[in-house]
Amino acid sequence: MIQKAGRLFSRTSIVWFALLLITWLLSTYSRDMSKALEAKWITRFPAGWRLSLKNDISAAMKWLVEEADFGLFTFREATRGLAWLIEQPYNLVLSVLSSGFMEGQGSGAVQILPPLSWIAVTAIVIAAGHFAKDWKLALLMGLAFLYLAVFGQWDSAMVTLASIIIAVPFGVAGGLLLGIAAYRWNWFDQALKPILDLMQTIPVFAYLVPILFLFGFGPVSALVATIIYAMPPMVRITTLALRAVPDEIGDFGVMSGCTQRQLMWKVLVPTAKPDLMVGVNQVIMLSLNMVIIASMIGAGGLGFDVLASLRRLDIGAGLEAGIAIVVLAVALDRLSQAFAQPRQSGEERRRSESFLKRYPRTLFVLVLSIACLAAGYFFAFIQSYPEALQVTTGTFWDELVKSININYFDDLEAVKSFMLSTFMLPVKRFLGGIPWAWGWFLIAAAGWYFGGWRLSLLCALLAFFVIANGLWAKAMVTVYLCGVSVVIATIIGIPIGLFSALNERADRIVGVIIDTLQTLPSFVYLIPVVMLFRVGDFSAMIAVVLYALAPAIRYAAHGIKTVDPQLIEAGIVSGCTKRQLLWRIRAPLALPEIMLGINQTIMLALSMLVITALVGTRDLGQEVYIALTKADIGRGIVAGLAIAAIAIIADRMIAASAKSMRKRYGLA
Amino acid sequence: MEKSVKLSCRHVWKLFGHGAKEFLAKSGDVPSLQELQNADLIGAVRDANIEVLEGEIFVIMGLSGSGKSTLVRCLSRLVEPTAGELLFEGVDLRKMSERELIEIRRHKLGMVFQHFALLPHLTVLDNVAFPLDVQGLDKASCEAKARQVIDLVGLSGRELNYPRELSGGQQQRVGIARSLAVEPELWFLDEPFSALDPLIRREMQDEFLRLQSMLHKTIVFITHDFDEAIRLADRIAIMKDGEIIQIATPEELVMNPATDYVGEFTKHIPRAKVLTVGSVMSKEIIEGTETVSVSARIEEIADKVESAGKPMSVVDADGKPVGSIRPSTIIDVLVGRKVIS
Ligand SMILES: Nc1ncnc2c1ncn2[C@@H]1O[C@H](COP(=O)(O)OP(=O)(O)OP(=O)(O)O)[C@@H](O)[C@H]1O
Ligand SMILES: [Mg+2]
Repeated sequence: MIQKAGRLFSRTSIVWFALLLITWLLSTYSRDMSKALEAKWITRFPAGWRLSLKNDISAAMKWLVEEADFGLFTFREATRGLAWLIEQPYNLVLSVLSSGFMEGQGSGAVQILPPLSWIAVTAIVIAAGHFAKDWKLALLMGLAFLYLAVFGQWDSAMVTLASIIIAVPFGVAGGLLLGIAAYRWNWFDQALKPILDLMQTIPVFAYLVPILFLFGFGPVSALVATIIYAMPPMVRITTLALRAVPDEIGDFGVMSGCTQRQLMWKVLVPTAKPDLMVGVNQVIMLSLNMVIIASMIGAGGLGFDVLASLRRLDIGAGLEAGIAIVVLAVALDRLSQAFAQPRQSGEERRRSESFLKRYPRTLFVLVLSIACLAAGYFFAFIQSYPEALQVTTGTFWDELVKSININYFDDLEAVKSFMLSTFMLPVKRFLGGIPWAWGWFLIAAAGWYFGGWRLSLLCALLAFFVIANGLWAKAMVTVYLCGVSVVIATIIGIPIGLFSALNERADRIVGVIIDTLQTLPSFVYLIPVVMLFRVGDFSAMIAVVLYALAPAIRYAAHGIKTVDPQLIEAGIVSGCTKRQLLWRIRAPLALPEIMLGINQTIMLALSMLVITALVGTRDLGQEVYIALTKADIGRGIVAGLAIAAIAIIADRMIAASAKSMRKRYGLA
Repeated sequence: MEKSVKLSCRHVWKLFGHGAKEFLAKSGDVPSLQELQNADLIGAVRDANIEVLEGEIFVIMGLSGSGKSTLVRCLSRLVEPTAGELLFEGVDLRKMSERELIEIRRHKLGMVFQHFALLPHLTVLDNVAFPLDVQGLDKASCEAKARQVIDLVGLSGRELNYPRELSGGQQQRVGIARSLAVEPELWFLDEPFSALDPLIRREMQDEFLRLQSMLHKTIVFITHDFDEAIRLADRIAIMKDGEIIQIATPEELVMNPATDYVGEFTKHIPRAKVLTVGSVMSKEIIEGTETVSVSARIEEIADKVESAGKPMSVVDADGKPVGSIRPSTIIDVLVGRKVIS
C-alpha cells in the first residue's frame, strides 16, 4: 500500500519535471523554431482566427447609446435620468460642504449662501464621534479634520467627502436591496453570484470606459463607477447576514403575524444590523479606495490632486494629498465601526424630556453652524481656514527624496538591478517565451490535476478567451508581474505571519500595521515607490507587494493559531522541540489556510496591477489603461475580462488544491 | 362537562427530502421507517394524530431529533406538512389564505422559543409590544398593554433594558410576556426552559404554573425532559423517530406504558409524585373521620396516612367514600414496589 503510494508520488513528480523541461525548451527555442520553420503561428495566435469581440462590444455600446429605444424612453434618456437622480443630492451636498449655494449660471453666478465653515464641519464630526462612541473617538475625528484644514487639504477633502457621502448611501441601499432579493429568491441568488464574482475580479478600469461613454466625463460618472465598485461586498454581506439570523427569530416574526414586508424590515434587517454595518464599513472603505481612480473620469478632490501630482512627478504634493486621503479614510473607518457597535440601554432618552436634553449634540452643532455662518461674513478666518496659517510639507518631502536619491542612489540602483537581472527578468523571459498552444495545454492539464475535468474545461475555456483575443503575450506579462510579486509577498508575509502567531507582542504590532496597510487607498503605495525607484517593473512589483502583503500575513497567522491545541499537546508529549512543533505539526496543518491567503494575495495583486500600469508596465493593465485614455470600450472590457479570467483560473485552482488538502487532513 | 377540542391534527406527515409528496401519495398507506430511508427521506413527523383540549396543558415529549419541533411547527403552520389535516377550532388551517393565517397568528396564537428569539435591537418594552405594533395598534395602547404583561411576569423596572443586559431566565420571561401580550387562545412553547440552568428552570416552571392557574390558556408545551413533562402536563404525547407512541396522563404513562421505550422513561420517575390515591386504593369502603381525596397525589398524603398507622377512607370530590388506602400501599409506592390493589 505504502509502496504503491510512494511510486505514484514519484511518477507524478517525474511527469511534472518532464513538463517543466519541455516548457523550458519551448520557451527558449520556439522563437528560433518559428523563424526556421517560417511558422509564425507558433509564437503568435494567427490574426485570422482572432475573435472580433472588441469591435462587437464597441459597436453594441454605440448602438445602445445612439439607437436603443425601449418604447417609452430611449437608453440615452434612461442614463440621463439616472445621472440626474444622482446629481441632485450630490450637488446639494457639494454646495453645503464646498461650493456654497449659487444664484445664476456660469461665471455670472453669485454666491447667496456660503458652504459650512470649517469650524462647523469639524464640530459636526466631533459630535458624530461622541454620539457614536466616546470622547476618544470625538478627539480622533476632530484631529483628523483639523489636519485637513491645517495642511491646506480642506477644499479638496470636502469635494471628496461630498462624493463619499453620496456614493455610500447609494451603494448601501443598492447592495441591501440586491442582497435581500438574493436572500428571498434562490434563482436570483444563483444568477447574481457569477456576476458578483466577475465584478470583484474585473479591474475597475475596465468598466470606467463604458461608464465614461454612458455618462460623460464628470463627477456623476465618477460616482457611478464608485457605487458599482463598492456595492458587491454589500450584496454578499447582506445575503450572508440575513441567512445568519437565527431561524427562531424568523419564526417568531411569522408567529407574530408579520406580513412579508414587516418580517423583512422589522425583524430580519434590524436583527442582522451589526453584520450589515460591516458591509457599510466596506462600502465606505472601497469608495475611498476609488477616490483616485474615479478622478480619472472626472471626480475632483483629493484623488485628482494625487493623480495630477503623480503625472507631474511632484512627489511632495502627491504625498500630502495621499496622506489626506488616508486621514479621511481612518476617520471614516473608525466612525463607521463605532456606529456598528450596539447601543447602551436607553434609560437616558426618556420621551418626556425636552428637546435640548434629548438632543444636546444636534442642538449644539446647529447653533454653532449658524453662528459661524453669521460670523463668517465679518471674519473670513471663521468661514475658511486662513491660508497664512497653513502648513505645507511638500517641500520637506521633495527635499527628503532628493537627499535620498543623491546619497543612496547607487545602493537603491544596485538593489533594483540585482533583483531585475537575477530574478524578475529571467522569469519574464521564461514566461514570455512559452508558445500559446503549449501554455493552453499546460493550463488545462493543471486544471485537470487539481480539480478534475470540470476545472480543466473551465480553465481551458478561460485561457482560450485570452488567447483568442490576441492577448496571450500581455497576459503572460501580467502573470509574470503578479507571480513575482506574489512570490515575494509570500516569502516576506508567511514568516511574519508565523512569527506573529507565536508571539503575542509581535502579533499586536503586526495587526496594527496590517490594518493601516489595508486602509490605505491602493494608489498611495505608488507614490513613495516611484519617488525612490522611478517607473518600471521593479516599482510596480514593490507597490503590488506592499498592497498585497496583508492577506499573506493574516491567513498564515490565523492558520497557525487555529491548529487544534490537542494536536500541539500530542506533539509536546511525544517530545517535539519547538522547531519540530512548528515544521512538523503547525505548518503542515495550517497549509490549507495559508493557501487561501496566497489566493487572496493573488487577487489583490491582480487588482493592483492595473494601477501600476500608470508607472509603465506593459501588461493587460496597460491595455486597459490605454483603452481608457482612448475611450475604446471594447478593448478595455476585453482586457478587463482577460484579467478576470486569470484571476478566476488562479482562484479555482488554489481553492481546489486547498480543498483536497483539507480532505486529506480530515479538516473538511 | 366534556372539554371542547381546540386543535386537532389527523394523519399529519412531514418528510424532508426530494419528492416527499409524491412518495407519500404513491405509497398509499403508512410507509415504514425503512422504506423512508430507502427513498432518502427523513421522516421528521410520521402520521401524527393529536387532539388538544380547551384549557389543558398538552406536553409533547421526546428525545432530541424525535420530531417535536417539527410537529409543533406543522401545527403552527411554520412549515407546510407533507400531508394531513389540521383543525383549529374546527376550521382547516391548511385551507386558509395567507391573510387569514396572519390574522389568526396576530390574535389567537402565541409562541415561546427555546433560545428566546428576542429582537436584539429593541428594549424589553418594545420587544413585548412588538406583536401589538405589528397589528398596527397605536403606540400608547401598545405600551400600556406591554407594561401590563411585563408586570405579570415580574419584570417591571427592566422595561428599558436591552435583552442582552438580562439573564437567561429574565430573557425567557420577556419571551413569555411577549407571547402573552396579544392574549392568545392557543399557546405554543417549544422547549422554553431547556436553555436555562436546572435551578432557574424549576423556578420558571413554577412561574409557568402560576400564570396558567390565572390565565387558563390552551397550551402545547414541548420538552425533552420527562420530569418537566410530569410536573406540568395534563396529558403527555411521547414521540420517537417522528412517531407518537403514546398519549396519556402522566399517571397512565407510569401505570401502563404502551411500549418498553415508554417504560424506560417512566422507570426512574418517583411514583409518589405521579400516582393519585385513586389509582392504588382498594375498593373496600371503610368508615373513618379522617379522609383523603381520591385525586390527591400519593406524595401529598403520604405523611398523613403513615402517621395514622391504619387504613384511611378515600372520598371523592363530593365527600362520598369511594374506597380506602393502607399505609403499606403508601410504602409500596414510595419504594417503587409493584402495587397490587
Ligand atoms: N429543514 C430540515 N431539513 C431536513 N431535515 C430536518 C429539517 N428540520 C428538521 N429535520 C430533521 O427532522 C428530525 C426532527 O427534527 P426536530 O427539530 O423536529 O427534532 P426535535 O425533537 O425538536 O429535537 P430537539 O430536541 O433537538 O429540538 C431530525 O432528524 C432533523 O434532522
Ligand atoms: Mg426542537
